Amino acid sequence: MATLGIIDLQVSVESKPILKGVNLEIKAGEVHALMGPNGSGKSTLAYALAGHPKYEITGGSIEIDGTDVTGLDANERARLGMFLAFQYPVTIPGVRVADFLRHAVTNRRDPERKEGENLMPMREFRTELKERMTELGMDTEFARRYLNDGFSGGEKKRMEILQMAMLKPKFAILDETDSGLDSDAVKVVSEGVNRLSGPEMGVLIITHHERLLEFNKPQFTHVMLAGRIVETGDASLAAELHANGYATVRERHPEEAAEELTEQEKSLASV
Amino acid sequence: MSTETPSKAEPTIGDYQYGFHDSTDNYTFKSRKGLDHEIVRQISAMKNEPQWMLDFRLKSLDIFFARPMPQWGGDLDQIDFQNIYYYMKASDRQEKSWDDVPEEIRKTYDRLGIPEAEKQYLAGVKAQYESEVVYGSLQEDLARQGVLFTDTDSALRDHPDLFREYFGTIIPSADNKFAALNSAVWSGGSFIYVPPGVHIEFPLQAYFRINSENMGQFERTLIIVDEGASAHYVEGCTAPSWSAESLHSAVVEIVVKRKGRFRYTTIQNWANNVYNLVTKRAMAYGDSLMEWVDGNLGSKITMKYPAIYLMEPGARGETLSIAFANKGQHQDAGAKMVHCAPNTSSRVISKSISKGGGRSSYRGLAKVVKGATNCKTSVVCDALILDSASRSDTYPYIEVEEDDVTIEHEASVSKIAEEQLFYLMSRGLTEAEASAMIVTGFIEPLVKELPMEYAVEMNKLIELQMEGSVG
Ligand SMILES: Nc1ncnc2c1ncn2[C@@H]1O[C@H](COP(=O)(O)OP(=O)(O)OP(=O)(O)O)[C@@H](O)[C@H]1O
Ligand SMILES: [Mg+2]
Repeated sequence: MATLGIIDLQVSVESKPILKGVNLEIKAGEVHALMGPNGSGKSTLAYALAGHPKYEITGGSIEIDGTDVTGLDANERARLGMFLAFQYPVTIPGVRVADFLRHAVTNRRDPERKEGENLMPMREFRTELKERMTELGMDTEFARRYLNDGFSGGEKKRMEILQMAMLKPKFAILDETDSGLDSDAVKVVSEGVNRLSGPEMGVLIITHHERLLEFNKPQFTHVMLAGRIVETGDASLAAELHANGYATVRERHPEEAAEELTEQEKSLASV
Repeated sequence: MSTETPSKAEPTIGDYQYGFHDSTDNYTFKSRKGLDHEIVRQISAMKNEPQWMLDFRLKSLDIFFARPMPQWGGDLDQIDFQNIYYYMKASDRQEKSWDDVPEEIRKTYDRLGIPEAEKQYLAGVKAQYESEVVYGSLQEDLARQGVLFTDTDSALRDHPDLFREYFGTIIPSADNKFAALNSAVWSGGSFIYVPPGVHIEFPLQAYFRINSENMGQFERTLIIVDEGASAHYVEGCTAPSWSAESLHSAVVEIVVKRKGRFRYTTIQNWANNVYNLVTKRAMAYGDSLMEWVDGNLGSKITMKYPAIYLMEPGARGETLSIAFANKGQHQDAGAKMVHCAPNTSSRVISKSISKGGGRSSYRGLAKVVKGATNCKTSVVCDALILDSASRSDTYPYIEVEEDDVTIEHEASVSKIAEEQLFYLMSRGLTEAEASAMIVTGFIEPLVKELPMEYAVEMNKLIELQMEGSVG
């Protein structure tokens, strides 16, 4: 079974340590929730997993099915089945959704494909794209638009899920995919996630809300504080955090809470 | 076509009196290297031209010699004018074998999916490109409507009055040093006349008549779009034009009469040794529309600033240009808009990409003469620089002699954003594929103006330019 292993992962951004040893294992078929206050390092973990060059791995490792992928670039990891639904998807003017996705899907399905080699047949791709768009309640007109150009916040999030549905990753990290979505859209997105998560895909849902987790019930809930996962529980932990906030977590982990504070002080002092 | 028996003797200088001029058979003729009155006389005699054309050529040559080299734009000091063949019959270009064609060029043809017959022509292996079938029926159709579409040499012979009325009137020899050079030694090019009210729906392509000498070094094109007529002409192709000749200096003259519409699309991808110094100018009369769509890739130095003179009220001019400067290349390209009458408008959109130490410059002129009130002109230049070794400059010249004028000029320079690159790579695109996609997106607003097959080729070409060269 496909396994994503995160072992004592330490990550710095512009030489500033953000993640200070994160351990996590996600297997295909599992749903994990990752929660934590703003600035605790959730997106940093997501970027580091996807292979963003700015997020420097200073210690520990990331493994897919036991193989160390820490040294691979984002494209190689994607071909191995890593997927990140971005918290803030970027706009790429002039690049049509369909052209971009056909390229991406071809590479994902044929990881050995070299630059310049043929793309998957247009007809096959179109049929599939249309099906996925219909499932996600998207106007097929979007396939012809420029990537995220002029998309509303919610449309961008849906576009992320469409990409996931087309790329069929082994591991999907959804970074606040639910924020900015109206409740109908949250439902559509979670159905999309459910359709894939089955036995084939492991999911890490980063969220501040409850709705997505209602539809995609996590087996594990992790809480991040100052760059470490300080607690892991089941779905009830997520519910508790929603109800009570992070005060009790901070009480239970005074050391990390203190680090959080000193960091805030430091950054205030530097202003 | 030839009515004479070809001479078996190897023709030499002085043999032109045997009358090779009217033949498409495989005669060989090559003027000796260098440039002087005698060579110009030979060229003219080879073509059996009327006296006025010979006089025009000789006068132009004197102007060429008298003019200093331009000291702006690209560095042209390395051109050795005496070490160039100025005239060669098409059949002479056949001497190469397919094995001589550089690997790089062959690979590009394959990637672009250029048909076999065309590849051979483009690589200079075959001088003739058989397109008689397509060409023949189109020709008939056009001829019935009174359209003339032929090579420039034939036009001089077959339509002498029409030819003489316009030739050299839009771009006089004295316009600039290279226009003078072209006027002295021109050969080949296209001649088009569209009669009043005739609309040609499909793009006229140089392809259709590629078996004449239109891809020569010093081609000369003359296009007249009469009142209320419309047409679109496409020249060149995305495949690299591989050529041992290192100097290309074309002149393109266009007249668009009242209420006419004309678009001239160029896609050029010269080999890296080529100096591409081209003068292109159109005169647009009342309520007409003239558009240049100009794509420049390859070459060593390109200097090209398609111009539109807006001659009467209501005339509109538009230039869309794309330049891609790669390693060792300098693209000095732009547009000139000259407002000579009131209520005229013009728009320039220019996109350039510099990579691998390449340099691209936008050089443009917006001019409004005295009396040309209520004119509008807008220029938008966007430059994308792909690495720190590459360079981009903008030289906008604005000369306005009226107050009542709207002028807009916007320029932007950008780099490929790291976040865009990461986004695409996180979906499984290599860095080269991702950069190519961003670049393709950057020029998409212009590429979508190209005929379909050119647009597809253009995008493939960008991919090719980006491959294996990043990271
Ligand atoms: N590119 C960057 N440059 C500078 N600092 C960064 C960068 N990315 C993250 N950081 C810093 O790292 C810390 C963790 O940020 P991160 O975005 O991972 O938090 P988060 O848990 O996702 O927060 P939120 O819930 O607000 O999305 C913050 O202090 C942030 O300012
Ligand atoms: Mg975040």
